[in-house]
Amino acid sequence: MLYRENGQFKTTYRQDQQMLPILQDRIFMALLLLFVFGVAPFIFSDYLFLSILIPFLVLSLAAIGLNLLVGYCGQISLGHAAFMSVGAYAAYNLVLRVPQLNFLVVLILAGLIAALVGLLFGIPSLRIRGLYLAVATLAAQFFVDWTFARVKWFTNYAPSGSVSTATIDIFGWTVDTPVRKYLFLLAVVTVFALVAKNLVRGHMGRAWMAMRDMDVAAEVIGIRPVYAKLTAFGVSSFYVGVAGALWGFVYLGSWEPLAFDINLSLNLLFMIIIGGMGSILGSFFGAFFIVALPILLNQAPEWLGIHLSTAMVSNLEAMIFGSLIIFFLIVEPQGLARLWAIGKEKLRLWPFPH
Amino acid sequence: MKRNRNLIILCVFLLAGLIMPLATGASDPGFYIEVLLGGLMAGVLYSLVALGFVLIFKASGVFNFAQGAMVLFAALSVARMAEVMPLWLATLLAIGIMIAFAFIVERLVLRPLVNQDPVVLLMATLGVTYFLNGFGQAVWGSDIYEINLGIAKEPVMILQNLFQGGILINKDDVAAAVAAVVLVALLALFFQKTKTGRALRAVADDHLAAQSIGIPLNRIWVIVWSVAGVVALVAGVIWGAKLGVQFSVSQVALKALPVVILGGFTSIPGAILGGLIIGVGEKMAEVFLAPIAVKAFDLAGGGIENWFAYVLALLFLLVLPEGLFGEKHIDRV
Amino acid sequence: MKLVERMRVLAVSAGAVAAIMAVAASGPVQAQSKAKEQFFPVLPYRTGAYAPNGVPWANGYVDYLKLVNARDGGIGGVKITYEECETGYDTARGVECYERLKGKGPTGATLFQPLSTGITFALTDKAPGDKVPLVTAGYGRADAVDGTVFKWNFPLGGTYWDAADILVQHVGKIEGGLDKLKGKKIALVYHDSPYGKEPIPLLQLRAKMHGFNLLLLPVTHPGVEQKATWLQIRQQRPDYVFLWGWGVMNSAALKEAVATGYPRDKMYGVWWSGAEPDVIPAGDGAKGYHALVFLAPAGQGQVHKDMIKYVYDKGQGTGKKEEIGEVLYNRGMVSAMLGVEGVKRAQFKYGKKPLTGEQVRWGLENLALDAAAIKKLGFEGFMDPIQTTCVDHEGSHSSRIETWDGKKWNITSGTYESDSQIIKPLIKESAAKYAAEKKIPVRDCAKDASN
Repeated sequence: MLYRENGQFKTTYRQDQQMLPILQDRIFMALLLLFVFGVAPFIFSDYLFLSILIPFLVLSLAAIGLNLLVGYCGQISLGHAAFMSVGAYAAYNLVLRVPQLNFLVVLILAGLIAALVGLLFGIPSLRIRGLYLAVATLAAQFFVDWTFARVKWFTNYAPSGSVSTATIDIFGWTVDTPVRKYLFLLAVVTVFALVAKNLVRGHMGRAWMAMRDMDVAAEVIGIRPVYAKLTAFGVSSFYVGVAGALWGFVYLGSWEPLAFDINLSLNLLFMIIIGGMGSILGSFFGAFFIVALPILLNQAPEWLGIHLSTAMVSNLEAMIFGSLIIFFLIVEPQGLARLWAIGKEKLRLWPFPH
Repeated sequence: MKRNRNLIILCVFLLAGLIMPLATGASDPGFYIEVLLGGLMAGVLYSLVALGFVLIFKASGVFNFAQGAMVLFAALSVARMAEVMPLWLATLLAIGIMIAFAFIVERLVLRPLVNQDPVVLLMATLGVTYFLNGFGQAVWGSDIYEINLGIAKEPVMILQNLFQGGILINKDDVAAAVAAVVLVALLALFFQKTKTGRALRAVADDHLAAQSIGIPLNRIWVIVWSVAGVVALVAGVIWGAKLGVQFSVSQVALKALPVVILGGFTSIPGAILGGLIIGVGEKMAEVFLAPIAVKAFDLAGGGIENWFAYVLALLFLLVLPEGLFGEKHIDRV
Repeated sequence: MKLVERMRVLAVSAGAVAAIMAVAASGPVQAQSKAKEQFFPVLPYRTGAYAPNGVPWANGYVDYLKLVNARDGGIGGVKITYEECETGYDTARGVECYERLKGKGPTGATLFQPLSTGITFALTDKAPGDKVPLVTAGYGRADAVDGTVFKWNFPLGGTYWDAADILVQHVGKIEGGLDKLKGKKIALVYHDSPYGKEPIPLLQLRAKMHGFNLLLLPVTHPGVEQKATWLQIRQQRPDYVFLWGWGVMNSAALKEAVATGYPRDKMYGVWWSGAEPDVIPAGDGAKGYHALVFLAPAGQGQVHKDMIKYVYDKGQGTGKKEEIGEVLYNRGMVSAMLGVEGVKRAQFKYGKKPLTGEQVRWGLENLALDAAAIKKLGFEGFMDPIQTTCVDHEGSHSSRIETWDGKKWNITSGTYESDSQIIKPLIKESAAKYAAEKKIPVRDCAKDASN
């Protein structure tokens, strides 16, 4: 009843092209932003910030990055954790070797370096596609893992191969408490999500989608595949690289190459498939699902008052997690974002569905 | 023409790399042959896992990530059941379990997801992987378990008069190679001579046409997953007899991925040959190339075998986008 | 039809999300009762690639806590409570467990023992902020011995640098003097992670000093694939192999050694490569293999009798009765005991009440377990005395060699003491680098002594 667009007339092209064309959506978005920026920091516990919201925010950013490539351009990658680690190690070395740089600059530079590496590993996509490409990107995963484990310069000759970071300082504002970390990440992620949303609505995003839907036809209408595929790899790796730097500096604090292994790559892919391919909103859904679900499953027996052995809880968690993934894929292969859209559609008609 | 030239260049390059340690005298011939054999042995296992991949991909278009988990689960079943019964009975029962598993997967995962995007199916098999790993450990435990085939573990020296130091041979390696050859031969017979096998090949060629002439697709899927399960069981038993059965076995299966891109997703000879190439290639690279790389770049240890297989596969892909024996398809505008 | 189904799913998932938010927002239920309880978080791994070694350790750890409650009625009358959180030897998972458990109990977590070098590295950054001590008995960062920089870390009883140093001393003795190592070849087969890499700087230093060649052979997680490694060993024929493995990697290494014909009595494992799950799967092939002993060797003493009497005979045991007295079980017990003794020591100063992590930290820094105290605890013959100070968070630098005879582990050497003249400068240098990187102030122990 409340959610309908009757009476909202668009009188200019500008209005017609805006990001959230429906008034109620704009109000909802404003309220949401108000809540996450203004209210959430005061009411949530530290545990929620540190264990769920902070990893959720960083992984959302990474999922957006991967979604740009997979969901919008149709190029599959199983090696995106590698580009995260490029971002993380680039940021580590920049902070270490050029300490006068502001962390925001470091973040951008780390993203750019990751983008360069992403472009390099994106080159095979010009020749191969589909599952072959997916497995080819695994080469990036293992090669990059190996490089950071072996080339001592990247880890500043640390004997253990593990690096640790100092607290981030932005114009005198130190990002140390959970709430500050959360706010910092929230700001970064909001900006990047907005940019991504507009990117995919623009020229570049349309080229990507044309490429995804039918590459030969796209070429016929004048979209250069080299340009479309490589920009997708570049932009995607940039996002993922920034996410990697944040993962290392804000969430982990100290890490080893194993922190960015193949499992993280697979988890990122899970996020966008469960959340919804080709949807920025879906990336958030998927990230939340993958971050929160194992924790929830792990703690559920205790809340329900069932006492199981630790091993049993952990095995059950794996089993339920696997089953739920299959369940979601069967019920809605297009992801949670699609469910959201259906829900909105229903809401528009409610309570008179005819 | 140009493609062929590139392929020839690549092959010449690889062969040169293969011969290099011998030619430069970096290794004595006896040791060289040992590395070669070690590589072939690793390759046999990769081939077996890859074989499972290819069977399933051919028949149902599913990129089955769960093949590694299936290897673990089958091996665990054999190992744990063999503790209370004879090995042959345990193996038979485990085959039964894998067939039941194929039924369940077909009913609960494949059928509802028919006609979905390949990536969705890939993700579904990842879900199966999680489930199977959790289930296997919950039922069978996560300790290291033994499969004892009764083969001596101590190595045997052969050809001592021909090469200095002789060549080390393991009886269980030989047994494994024989088992793999027998398995492949049986599979070939099954595909060529039986009615079901011919139906499977028909489905692999064109599943719509196969369906239209009355081949039941669902049953074919169950059969193919069962066969893949048996292949996984053989791989698991070979592996388990050598190194013990534990959760980690499932992670070795990742190595089968470069094998299938090298050999082509749909080719059984490709899986076998690809496995052997990757096995030999990475052991050679690790033993002969890694020490040079470590010295040259002051690396913290070798370990290039972690990525060598993937990079090798990638190089092949750039020359042959469909793999060694994959189906060629031509896009028309 | 399909749409109805989707809507139902939507409702369910929305409900689930709401439930997660609601429960998570309330956080881990903070039992702020004034109960007289001391909370011990436990971070075990009972599943996954490292479970064969993780399970016995966790059993010993938990059983000892149970024993203290059952036999002594807690620590000075304060009951011990504990909770397990499975890490799977995964760093991110371990960090989540830490966040979940650090605030539990009336006074928060007493101390953390993650049994993973990777998790230790991650928690080292977080512990000072939360004021929770990190006890890493026999693993973790070697440079954390330096209490002036690592105020909250306690690598009690030994570090990897001690282990590597003692192994070099031992093979030197076999050769008839450290100078006889000149021109010899020693291979280090290590788990490719911070754990496996820790001993490298010390071995490199020793290699330079004595002129032996060090061959570094990393093995990728989880360590089942070692063919190439052992082919290299067969080619290079090192005089000794040091094994720095964990989990299934250890038994795989022994099996590959059998397959390539490398003599097992030339192989020396660190103390994490010298337990029953490491050798039993290799069968007879493991006979003659040596490893270091960390504090507690295999076997049973007074404390095990108590364990059976107070815990297992009452049906409270975590594991199997026959596994009491295995190497890793004993090590888990000793690890728990060190934590409990830290609390006991702190109770002298702060009184017999539930203590905070900060108070327990003082206890751990002033541990004084001499032979008499160890005997009283029932651990006679199961550990060397430990004495910690503000500068030295380790407390003991000695170890022995044990050898597997096909059935059990036997001690086969005298006690070695690591060479502090070699290790101390390394620790200082590494700790100073860490302090500079993290921009943390260095404590002055003279001023801090009163604290």
